[in-house]
Amino acid sequence: MTATADRKASEDSPAAPTPIPLAAVVTSPGPWGTALRQIRRNRSAMASLVVFFLILVVCLLAPFYASSIAHTDPFASNVAGTTVIGGQTVPVLAPSTTGLGLGVTPIGPTWDLTHYFLGSDGQGRDVMARLLYGGRNSLLIGFSAALLCCLLAGIIGVLAGYFGGVVDGVLSRLLDVVWAFPVYLLAISLSVVLLTSGVRIGPISIGAGSLWLPVLIIGIVYVPYVARPIRGQVMALKEKEFVAAAIGVGSSDLRIMRRDVVPNVAPTVVVFLPLMTALSMLTESALSFLSVGVQPPQASWGTIINDGLDLLYTRPAVTLAPGIAIALTAVVLNLFGDGVREALDPRARLRGAG
Amino acid sequence: MSSSRVRAGAAVGAAIALTLSACTSSPSPTATGTAGSGAADAAAPATFQTQHKGGDLKLLAKAAGGTLDPQVNYTLQYWQLYQAMYDGLLAFKKVNGQQSFTVVPDLAQALPTVSNGGKTYSFTLRKGVKFSNGQEVTVTDVAASFKRIFTVSSPTAGSFYSGIVGAAECVKTPATCDLSKGVVVDKGAGTVVINLIAPDPELKYKLSVPHASILPANSPPKDAGSTPIPTTGPYMIASYDPNTALTLVRNPSFTEWSHDAQPQGYSDTITESFGLTVEAAVTAVENGQADWVFDPPPADRLQEIGTKYANQAHINTLTAMWYLPMNHNLAPFDNVKARQAVNWAVDRNAVVKLYGGAKLAQPVCTFLPPGFPGHADDCQYTAGGGTTWTAPDLAKAKQLVQESGTAGMEVGIVTTDDEVNKSIGQYLQSLFTQLGWKATLKPISANIQFTYIQNTKNKVQISLSQWYQDYPAASDFLNVLTSCASFTPGSDSSINISGLCDKAHDATMQQALVTVRTDESAANAQWAAVDKQTMSDAVVAPLFTPKLIDFVSSRVGNYQFSKQFYMQVSQLWTK
Repeated sequence: MTATADRKASEDSPAAPTPIPLAAVVTSPGPWGTALRQIRRNRSAMASLVVFFLILVVCLLAPFYASSIAHTDPFASNVAGTTVIGGQTVPVLAPSTTGLGLGVTPIGPTWDLTHYFLGSDGQGRDVMARLLYGGRNSLLIGFSAALLCCLLAGIIGVLAGYFGGVVDGVLSRLLDVVWAFPVYLLAISLSVVLLTSGVRIGPISIGAGSLWLPVLIIGIVYVPYVARPIRGQVMALKEKEFVAAAIGVGSSDLRIMRRDVVPNVAPTVVVFLPLMTALSMLTESALSFLSVGVQPPQASWGTIINDGLDLLYTRPAVTLAPGIAIALTAVVLNLFGDGVREALDPRARLRGAG
Repeated sequence: MSSSRVRAGAAVGAAIALTLSACTSSPSPTATGTAGSGAADAAAPATFQTQHKGGDLKLLAKAAGGTLDPQVNYTLQYWQLYQAMYDGLLAFKKVNGQQSFTVVPDLAQALPTVSNGGKTYSFTLRKGVKFSNGQEVTVTDVAASFKRIFTVSSPTAGSFYSGIVGAAECVKTPATCDLSKGVVVDKGAGTVVINLIAPDPELKYKLSVPHASILPANSPPKDAGSTPIPTTGPYMIASYDPNTALTLVRNPSFTEWSHDAQPQGYSDTITESFGLTVEAAVTAVENGQADWVFDPPPADRLQEIGTKYANQAHINTLTAMWYLPMNHNLAPFDNVKARQAVNWAVDRNAVVKLYGGAKLAQPVCTFLPPGFPGHADDCQYTAGGGTTWTAPDLAKAKQLVQESGTAGMEVGIVTTDDEVNKSIGQYLQSLFTQLGWKATLKPISANIQFTYIQNTKNKVQISLSQWYQDYPAASDFLNVLTSCASFTPGSDSSINISGLCDKAHDATMQQALVTVRTDESAANAQWAAVDKQTMSDAVVAPLFTPKLIDFVSSRVGNYQFSKQFYMQVSQLWTK
């Protein structure tokens, strides 16, 4: 049981034998404060957080970079375009002039931030500008999908674990059905179906090319992976004395869930959030790579890798740059997630120490 | 190009399908790479070169081409191999260049005698030709083979052969097919008479493609699938596993009867292996571990092939077009100004770049490819005017979009999901957005895209498609792709993708079809006029005529390119 649980148990118990000294309550930073302090002390977690924020800020500056520095439209084809390198005007997509003159090669990295820093893709677009825009989309989808997943999983896990019986049976079987499919197979299947016509659920309508479609798909396919442990935790919590006491004094189910159960599973959800963000981002990249995620001309790191796949032999930077960005972001999110887990789950820290 | 090169042509209700036989209409000779080991010999040897006989030819393809049945299969991949295996009464001459469009007698002793106002074709069967099972080819086999075209529901049964007396009923009810009045044989005289319901000047071409192969009379009355059917040509099938390889060995019963129609082959065995990626297959050819790759080389290997392996690359212009069919019955392209806007706006040079560069494609703005019968240089949609395309006129295109009142409309572009098609689709999406439409790109699997865009139920507004000639006649483009007969709403086999059905347009084409019976050049002039009118209506937006690269190993010699059926596999030698 966490400190929060202990406190809630004390509040709900009608026969608390010993009052807690007021001074102790005032000076205690509380479970969240303690966790925050723990994270601050965790150097790798903090370094990861800094790197992540750097990535985030740089990606958020994508429109500024595209319009004010590179002066390019990263979503418009520029197949017949030219640029100036070393004082010479050259085509962005250069036809071969040697041998049989076969093939057309996009210009490589200029290492000049004002134009084609990382070179051009097969459409003559600035890879650097697309990388930043792609990062915005990948991070947005990754975070939103993780948030949606944790929210849905939290609700399902708490309801299934708390009520048990028929409710648990139905919800668990639903989770089993989703779990029965390999994640990518299910995600690809949903994408293929939904990307042609979009989705309409009551008043909510998501267009076929909307970024919210991959958010919805990824958010749903990972629900069982988060809901299962939450359900287990809630079932364990239900056996605790403070919950039994709350039931004993006639608290409503809603009140017990809100006051006693949710605060105790919240740290678990928080631990999941950065980890699921990394996982969702990777899934989005994979789906976009397979052309069933973000749709052109929108960019994500996955679509840029896909675009670059055809140029791997001549222009590897188009693929390597988003690949490195994905790897770096996934690593820092996982390191930060580990830090959060250690801070919020003392038993995990103890296990690590042991 | 990649997709069209491997895609099975679909059955076409009134017409045809894609990726068939192919060729070039370029007036110039084909091979541009210089020869290593005689790889790019300009002319085929007049006689068989015994010193090169033997060896194993190793071919690679990403995947198998489907059924082995020559009357069912409709892929270039196997049609190319069938040239060394199966024979019809007639054949396209197996030589380099323009002569490969010439039809010569194959299993028939001579070209047919045409009588009855062009409705009766009489053949005498060549004697002494045997199937690979040792059985002699007889007129009974010929009659059975024509009937089998319908019993196995050959993809071109309706479009190519329905003019034979009795064939229309066979198309409707294949199980009870009776061609006894359409194909009349005389066992004693060894003659075959084909009776038509109306003159068909293109019959000679239709009898020269693999669907008209002569097979043993006891061949299964259904798709033979992976079971080989005995052959008449220099090779027969020794084994076939669609997951691994197709192996051809010499036909022990074969004796060359006509060098033009069916020349002796050089290699003892020909193996086409499946499963490697194209990238790996190209590397294998570079390393001499394989001799040829069926699939087009990946874009990022072209420069390497064109420089380090230039001697092993052969580039040939095809009689084909890449084009944008626009749906005449659906907004915004039900408006001629919107269709014209597309024609004005598309930068053909940009599209050619995306295809692989100017060495691999030629911008066009006519329906008929350059050099094709009926083609006349003309360009109604080029900045500054002229008879050939030079540059787009985006301002004019934007103005037309505004005048059409279609600005702001949603436009879905359907392409296949391979590299080249998708990149052209992305370019079009960007271009249409500039023109003022809300453009979306729908790249879908090459396995279904061709039928998907034909079916009106899918409400496809504009798509990227390709058309490769079946045989060298203007009607194979214009009549097939724009006639009412080729438009079947709600069907996957509606090759008139634009959905144009104009009786006056049809009447003009019918007139040209009548003229061609007596005066080919006059007919070609009529086809040129039809082409011009078709482009005035902007029925489609032609993009470019593609070229094909054959990349062979350094040990391969005697490269021959038939304009009709591409590289002649049996004529390659490896020793």
